[in-house]
Amino acid sequence: MPPSPLLRRKADAPSMGLRAQAIAASSAPLVRRQRRAWLTRDGLSTLVFLLPLLLIFGLFSWFPIIRSVVMSVQVTNLVSTPRFVGLDNFANVLADPLFGKAVANTAYFALLALIIGFPIPLVLAVIMSEVRRFKGIYSALAYLPVVIPPVVSVLLWRFFFDPRAAGVFNTILGWVGLGPLPWLQDSGWAMPSIVLEATWAAAGGTVIIYLAALLSVPSELYDAADVDGATIWQKIRYVTLPHLRAVLLITLILQLIATAQLFTEPFLFTGGGPANATITVLLLIYHYAFQNSLGGDYGMAAALSVMLAVFLGVFTAGYLWLTRSWSTTS
Amino acid sequence: MTLLRRNRRRRTQATAERGLVSYAEWRRPAIRWTLRLIQGGTLLFLLVFGLGPLLWLAKSSITPTQDTLRAPMALFPHGFDLGFFVTAWTQTHIDRYFLNTVWIALGSWFVQIATATTAGYALSVLRPRFARVLTGLVLATLFVPSIVLLVPLYLTVVDVPLLHIRMIDSFWAVWLPAGANAFNVILVKRFFDNLPREIFEAARVDGAGPFRLFWSIVLAMSRPILGVVSVFAVIGTWKDYLWPLLVLRNPDIQPLSVRLPTLQPTTELDIFLAALAIATVIPIGVFLLFQRMFLRGGGLGGAIKG
Repeated sequence: MPPSPLLRRKADAPSMGLRAQAIAASSAPLVRRQRRAWLTRDGLSTLVFLLPLLLIFGLFSWFPIIRSVVMSVQVTNLVSTPRFVGLDNFANVLADPLFGKAVANTAYFALLALIIGFPIPLVLAVIMSEVRRFKGIYSALAYLPVVIPPVVSVLLWRFFFDPRAAGVFNTILGWVGLGPLPWLQDSGWAMPSIVLEATWAAAGGTVIIYLAALLSVPSELYDAADVDGATIWQKIRYVTLPHLRAVLLITLILQLIATAQLFTEPFLFTGGGPANATITVLLLIYHYAFQNSLGGDYGMAAALSVMLAVFLGVFTAGYLWLTRSWSTTS
Repeated sequence: MTLLRRNRRRRTQATAERGLVSYAEWRRPAIRWTLRLIQGGTLLFLLVFGLGPLLWLAKSSITPTQDTLRAPMALFPHGFDLGFFVTAWTQTHIDRYFLNTVWIALGSWFVQIATATTAGYALSVLRPRFARVLTGLVLATLFVPSIVLLVPLYLTVVDVPLLHIRMIDSFWAVWLPAGANAFNVILVKRFFDNLPREIFEAARVDGAGPFRLFWSIVLAMSRPILGVVSVFAVIGTWKDYLWPLLVLRNPDIQPLSVRLPTLQPTTELDIFLAALAIATVIPIGVFLLFQRMFLRGGGLGGAIKG
């Protein structure tokens, strides 16, 4: 919630700059009147400059956000006028047997993405920060998959996940005497396969964030650790990682928020199958709204969206509250 | 002389950028060789995993279907054929979808730049009395997960409130919502906040009105941030899938990302892989040209968008 205007004014003062403050102190009424005059004369042009923001954010951001809350307590289709139904939509969603499945799958995906996707960028970044020559090549290679359109990577990886023994990954596994694995065809393997592709597609962005954070570790701390006779491993353990803690906490929660909204990968890889093993919350929302033979059930879709958003909000707040002491110590 | 200067710069950079490993440690052969081994291994890992899949795509897009299916890891057992690109481009109408994508990306770029710069200028330089409230409202949307918007935004585009226009099957349905990007507005506003106020005052004294100030002073000084926003706008639009899938139903105006999955079942594998390769050309090209913007902490934008 935005604080009151009074508080904002006060908070604004330090950013004014010393000279401006000095002038304001010496001839406050005069300056203020001049400033106001300039503003009112150009009030119209200010409005012109604000128009794109007001129109675009109003129509395509603020209004839909409010509307989704309103829709979640209505029965809405495009034909008849919306009817208020209270919490029926929420009850329907909770009663849907697919709901529990979708939540469990999304949580499972988040867990797998954490196990696979969290340590790899960290290890890569710590190693890459010590590279002396061709550092640019390292980071360019790491980041390259991030710019590839997700649809292209998914379609490409779907071919890699070919379950035949002559499939790309199964051929490679064959070289070391493993496999063939069923990959996306098997309800047990489908989710790990998707996580593998998603990690490939996203890890580079995290590496770049960690690399930037690693640069901010004060070199005096390393000097001091050297004087104390610390080994490289001890320096990583007691200097580098504690310094990354704040960044690690933030990327962790951002990654969780992103994984909760997973859509393109399961939609294109498996469509939620096999046997609903990869249906996610977002896929379920899509099903409610756009793949319903009875016409879109926008109310249920909105109810599930609101539930997910509230959950993410509460989860993030709780997470930040629980970890507040960790991030401030560094 | 240039050599001397470069030498000096390198040395100062080296002393400033002292990292985890000290010089004493770096000088010990055992540590040096272990580190080189780890770094070489990492480079290999990045080459195999970062570049590998794309190299495979490049190879397979010029390999006949039978070879790709039978021995996907073999290197051209029966020669290669660049003709698949031509076939994909002309016969599967990849050219049309490619141009659709370019057109969508250009429009989204323009709307994003126009909204972010005018909003940033109004909120940072003109500063009407309610600017802080507006900034707060823009900032607040960053904390709302984009999923909440999906269904109501779709209904908004189906029937725009007040105007009662149906934007489905029109590029406007992708262009206009793209402008509602809080990250861009905040980024540009922060940049404008840091421009020296004295210059604005000077321009005002010289008789520049708000429009002149915007165009000739503020925008002219903002090339770096405009570049960052532009590059991420183009890449972001190129990566977009769910939204254009929902609002562009007519195959003739769909972008590559929406068309490729539907083309797959009816397209020969070699031609399909060539089409996939074509879809990566612009993003990879933009990335290679503007590497610095991506690799300097800009990655956060992608992370938030999810």
